[in-house]
Amino acid sequence: MDFSYSDEQRMLADLVTRVVADHYAFDAREGYIASPEGHSPDVWAQFAELGLLAVPFSETAGGFDGGGAELMVVAEGLGRGLVVEPYLGRIVLAGCFLDAALDDAAKADTLEPLITGEARWALAVHEPAGRYDPYWIETTAVKNGQSWHLSGRKATVLAGDSADHLIVIARTSGDNPAQSGLSAFWVDADTAGVRRTGYTTIDGQRAAEIWLDDVAVDADALIGVEDHAGTALEYALDRGVVALCAEAAGAMEIACDLTLDYLKERKQFGVPIGSFQALQHRMVDMRMNLEKVRSLTLWAACSLDGDATERRQRLASAKTMVGTAGRKLAEEAIQLFGGMGMMDESSVAHYAKRIIMIDHYLGDANFHKDRLLGMLAEESVASASGKADRAA
Amino acid sequence: MDIEYNEAERAFRDEVRAFIADNLPEETSRRVKAFKGVTPEMMTAWQGALSKKGWLAVNWPVEHGGTGWSPIEKHIFEEECAEAGAPRILPFGLNMVAPVIIKFGTQAQKDHYLPRILNNEDWWAQGYSEPGAGSDLAGLKCRAERDGDHYIVNGQKTWTTLGQHANMIFVLVRTNTQVKKQEGISFLLVDMNTPGVTVRPLITLDGEHEVNEVFFDDVRVPAENLVGKENKGWTCAKYLLTFERTGIAGVGISKAALAHLKEIAAGQIVDGKPLIAHPRTAERIVDLEMELMAVEMTNLRTVSAAEAGGVPGAESSFLKIMGTEVRQKISDLYREIAGPQALPFTYLEDEPAACVDDFASPAAPTYFNLRKLSIFGGSNEIQKNIIAKAILGL
Repeated sequence: MDFSYSDEQRMLADLVTRVVADHYAFDAREGYIASPEGHSPDVWAQFAELGLLAVPFSETAGGFDGGGAELMVVAEGLGRGLVVEPYLGRIVLAGCFLDAALDDAAKADTLEPLITGEARWALAVHEPAGRYDPYWIETTAVKNGQSWHLSGRKATVLAGDSADHLIVIARTSGDNPAQSGLSAFWVDADTAGVRRTGYTTIDGQRAAEIWLDDVAVDADALIGVEDHAGTALEYALDRGVVALCAEAAGAMEIACDLTLDYLKERKQFGVPIGSFQALQHRMVDMRMNLEKVRSLTLWAACSLDGDATERRQRLASAKTMVGTAGRKLAEEAIQLFGGMGMMDESSVAHYAKRIIMIDHYLGDANFHKDRLLGMLAEESVASASGKADRAA
Repeated sequence: MDIEYNEAERAFRDEVRAFIADNLPEETSRRVKAFKGVTPEMMTAWQGALSKKGWLAVNWPVEHGGTGWSPIEKHIFEEECAEAGAPRILPFGLNMVAPVIIKFGTQAQKDHYLPRILNNEDWWAQGYSEPGAGSDLAGLKCRAERDGDHYIVNGQKTWTTLGQHANMIFVLVRTNTQVKKQEGISFLLVDMNTPGVTVRPLITLDGEHEVNEVFFDDVRVPAENLVGKENKGWTCAKYLLTFERTGIAGVGISKAALAHLKEIAAGQIVDGKPLIAHPRTAERIVDLEMELMAVEMTNLRTVSAAEAGGVPGAESSFLKIMGTEVRQKISDLYREIAGPQALPFTYLEDEPAACVDDFASPAAPTYFNLRKLSIFGGSNEIQKNIIAKAILGL
């Protein structure tokens, strides 16, 4: 057991920290968000050059073969800088899905443009009817001769506004919300029948609502094996959860630092407000919530390739903790800043927004706690039947 | 970064497990896991087995009979013991007075006391708190005045855990009233059989006799029982309070307790289905499992940092708060799971009332007893003050 960073992990952390320090000052970030792309193509090109876009991909796919720990290190750095580059949507979700779904032979060629930073792809999974459930897919794909016809509606597709290609998840067999019976298709975003509305989210990200109205694609648009996209989808979403939790941890760390500095600087009644015990204890509670999120994120990140039950429990626990402890921390940051915490010009307000809204991506605390409850129920049934077997 | 135990660590864990399997009596383990008290004889027997194996003094240097274990090995040992339902090792002799004697004591004190602690010949008690000195420990008033080769001790100590069984007590006494309060304190070792020492029970709200008050009336203590220099006792006191607190989070205890509660909840059929399948109970269990995982990993991070040479300082204050909060919440769930059966107060009787299931009688007393966790060892509010000062610089 050893929790210290390896040399490679330390190098990754340093790289991200440097890019963020050089290019993500508060005003620069505001500019990126307001630009048509919603991020900085220059920073994205630097990420590519430094190899950061290859981190979560397998060696077969031409990647860095980073595990969950490496992904965590990168995402924490992005969270510290409140980076709005489409790392989650393009790399972690779309990229990792392809890495898991494609044949080994096809991976490297397919993923290359993503690693070099040229590709603009997005994974279109969630639907309004399914809320946070990624396996509730009402979008259909019907085979008609040499083409597939896709119809349906996709919600909050991350990086979907700028995507030139969409990876659309459709149900090709089975009933909702089964993980089986799902298939994935390449869809050129300009294909007839695709309509989308892109937008900026309240926490500075970009996403799109997408409508598919009898969109015809070629037979070879099918990615991987028909009906078997569910496994690759879980693979990508698990990595997405780790990236979000780590981003939250990074953002929470900075929110704590900013608040602590403010407690030391801000004077009322002739003394720094940090001299008041009521506020000191609340600051300690913030730090404790940060430690809880860090700990569970670390555990989830290091469990991505392990036992499935443990992996699911740790991922769901981490995301639930981000939703609960993260929210408390962010609310306290605003409260301790007082009126300044309410201002759009205060960076702490933007950290608070990102931390709180991370709960709304890839399943909130309620969604993930329901998963934990489902696992508890399965465990109880298994242990009861185990006892019955032993008794017999 | 590797969160799993390596081969050597796993081998060590297996060795600990094998030892526990061979040496921990089933009845002792059953009582500990079921939240039923253990007798002093059960505690002494377990400590005797550890002593014989050479595993009792996990925090001592090897030359004095310690194990020489690394922080990770200590952690594995503590966790395995807790999960197996071993009685807690009483800290007062082994992990409180002994490290102080090793660091500040005379050769004669080391030669006399350390082997007696290792062999369980002395049962030590802690004489720190007073009625007027709790969180403000340095405000203590118990006096010791020099009279030739002796100190004459007068005053009162309180919250003396298991003092009714103890034959020795280490006491913080005031030896100078003219200086700043921290600078007039000394650290004395007192034989409790000395004339003038009186122990009176304090019964806590759970009905238990766990703590006591100890009165000193003109108690003559040989001057050679002073540890360190006169008026330098505060240094010893602080050293003791920060000494080796890797186990402070009580993760193993919480894991065992939660596992036990899940079994109980699975066995209680309410409205046709097990209590564990009822939404509100299930949600509390899931919440606690998540909280406990967070404490466990935070604890492991601290242990790993200690292994790499870091010295856990105020970080242990985080662990104390997080660990005790979870333990208290688990005991609250226990009380809730017992339901109406938590009401009959039969816990201390030899024959529990036939109207109550065996699991239920300790539920409410345990809950009330564990309110102490956030109060003792530096209340959780004091821990927050420590963090604010030492880590946050406020």
